[in-house]
Amino acid sequence: MSYQITKFFYGDYGEAKNGAADISSTNNSSNEWPLWEIFIRSKQGLDHKHVGSLHAVDAAMAIENARDVYTRRMEGLSIWAVESKNIHASSPSESDSLYDPANDKAYRHPTFYDLPEEVKYM
Amino acid sequence: MEKDLAQIFQDKVDKEIRIEPKDWMPEKYRQTLIRQISQHAHSEIIGMLPEGNWITRAPSLRRKAILIAKVQDEAGHGLYLYSAAETLGISRDEMYDQLHTGKAKYSSIFNYPTLSWADMGVIGWLVDGAAIMNQVPLCRSSYGPYARAMVRVCKEESFHQRQGFEILYTLSKGTAAQRKMAQDAINRWWWPSIMMFGPKDDESPNSIQSMKWKIKRFSNDELRQKFIDVCAEQVKVLGFTLPDKELKWNEERGHYDFGVINWDEFWQVIQGNGPCNKERLDTRKKAWAEGEWVREAATAYAEKKKIKVKAA
Repeated sequence: MSYQITKFFYGDYGEAKNGAADISSTNNSSNEWPLWEIFIRSKQGLDHKHVGSLHAVDAAMAIENARDVYTRRMEGLSIWAVESKNIHASSPSESDSLYDPANDKAYRHPTFYDLPEEVKYM
Repeated sequence: MEKDLAQIFQDKVDKEIRIEPKDWMPEKYRQTLIRQISQHAHSEIIGMLPEGNWITRAPSLRRKAILIAKVQDEAGHGLYLYSAAETLGISRDEMYDQLHTGKAKYSSIFNYPTLSWADMGVIGWLVDGAAIMNQVPLCRSSYGPYARAMVRVCKEESFHQRQGFEILYTLSKGTAAQRKMAQDAINRWWWPSIMMFGPKDDESPNSIQSMKWKIKRFSNDELRQKFIDVCAEQVKVLGFTLPDKELKWNEERGHYDFGVINWDEFWQVIQGNGPCNKERLDTRKKAWAEGEWVREAATAYAEKKKIKVKAA
């Protein structure tokens, strides 16, 4: 099946009329600075949360860049930078079997239990 | 098997479940997103240039600080978007390369020159206004990393539009010469701004696909009409006019009617023949080439430090 996308977004002029030639990837990125994932704690007492990624030569530069890219409006009090290659993730294709053991155990939730109305504060 | 995956993918999209980088997705979906997100990123980066032009000549320290912050935001937006595009398997260097070689495009609006201070006001009001109208629906894009980046962009973009309107509002209360300068800027930017929504919709079955993938939420013409309706009212507050003699409220439609857009100009600008296409790209290429020694030095320094740490 062959089709063309003709919706034109901000700065995107579709495939027709020289809008964009072949934008396929050749994965030629040998000289690139490593990619880092950035996590930010927005407030004392809260967890660090993933906000995006950026390129930097080392951890110090990653944190400095993260300050400029992700905390221009006081969004953070603490920054974690983790080199992306060090992140290990579960595979979405295995998520059925991975989460299956928890799937049939509704009794782990408090709402599973029927208690008489007159029981208070439980 | 392929068909099952495609079905699972479509079911998720239909249920408004976001697609994440490691999920299976049709190749065409991936390519469309890479093109769209990278060209959006390029637009943010090139978009710094017309405004950067006025940083040294801003009329007050307050305006200068605001303009610097705004241009810095545009850089940030470019970076959020490049990193979202990278999750689809294209490298940053490749995207830069596509921009520098002219293979990838960016918003046509940035190929127009910024001739006066009032242009800073109009860019904020009209160009950022049009961008916001385009971008708000993208916060619900089916692709998770893009949607998340857009939420951040949209939050920051609203100060851009307001500061622009404030510049024009100040000029509107100024001298005759200042009012003339502001009206002239509006006259020059109005048509290119409404072209930013892209060509008129066609009823081809092609756009049905992007609608189905929830990459597309509203049509170009729908958003353009909404923008014109809003601006036709806002311009009254400024006491200026929009340069369209056919602009008129249509009671029956509940919308403003407007004149014919010069699509030939639009395509000319996209294809490289706008007033500033060459200048913009040359500036970008020069910055990239002149930054090469910095990139190399930083890499070498990081290597050296790594070796020292190992030795210690």
